[in-house]
Amino acid sequence: MISVSINGEVRQFDNPVTVATLLEQMQLTGKRIALERNGEILPRGQFNQQLLADGDQLEIVVAVGGG
Amino acid sequence: MNKDTLLIAGKNYNSRLLIGTGKYKDFTETQEAVEASGAEIITIAIRRSNIGQNPNEPNLLDILPPSKYTLLPNTAGCYSADDAVRTLRLARELLDGHSLVKLEVLGDPQSLYPNVVETLAAAKTLVADGFQVMVYTSDDPIIAKQLEDIGCVAIMPLASLIGSGMGILNPWNLQLIMDRVQVPVIVDAGVGTASDAAIAMELGCHGVLMNTAIAAAQQPVLMASAMKQAVEAGRMAFLAGRMPKKLYSASPSSPTSGLIS
Repeated sequence: MISVSINGEVRQFDNPVTVATLLEQMQLTGKRIALERNGEILPRGQFNQQLLADGDQLEIVVAVGGG
Repeated sequence: MNKDTLLIAGKNYNSRLLIGTGKYKDFTETQEAVEASGAEIITIAIRRSNIGQNPNEPNLLDILPPSKYTLLPNTAGCYSADDAVRTLRLARELLDGHSLVKLEVLGDPQSLYPNVVETLAAAKTLVADGFQVMVYTSDDPIIAKQLEDIGCVAIMPLASLIGSGMGILNPWNLQLIMDRVQVPVIVDAGVGTASDAAIAMELGCHGVLMNTAIAAAQQPVLMASAMKQAVEAGRMAFLAGRMPKKLYSASPSSPTSGLIS
């Protein structure tokens, strides 16, 4: 079992999953998002290879209206 | 006469009005206001995706495609250099390597006054990392010059506090900034209505950035159109060169001879 913080909310997974799988579960596949893992940008091209590890902190962001 | 364009980081823009996309009723109103304003540079914010949200909800980038507008991700809401830098790195990834950004580091949630110490630190990091930084700052001419020396591509002083609509409170400081920096000076924050935008342009500012003045108007789309014309009129008046102010006029507009008796 691993615990991962996603936008400040902790989620648990029975098995290590890739970032791509996580995004699929969140119905974010193909959406315009950017992702930071433990303070570093994770380029889109690496979503398929990167496995989430216990204690990872992810930030997933979108563009919203703002001044 | 050459076409009068706004040159920022090597790119020419026809519009000198830059607008934000916050506080609108919905995306339709956002889109209509952007269209009416004629703005080519549009600011956006970067926020956490809402985990529980409807995945089919429309995305801001669908209504404001980067192919049509120059999107300017900003760091509004950041109170430290570190948060601002992280936010803009995420924005660059989100916008496929786009490097033109608006840096804004706030110092106080009540006034939204900029924290210039953190702003200077963030600007250094971002410029070194290849960003083209348009920077929101106070109207302090010394800080403005330091930001230019760091390599910022536009200096964006407040005219009054963010969202206050108080207008141009210190035209003299804006003048001091324009006298000292070579890069475009764009008034960012404080404009309340069309005359404020015109005054900024008449002073010689290179552009005006606003959000609340349009979004919080009773009719935002109509105000967007008013702002477009105000910025254009103010710019033309600046280029035309105003007559000097004087208490008395020794020369009436009509001929002094040939009057009937």
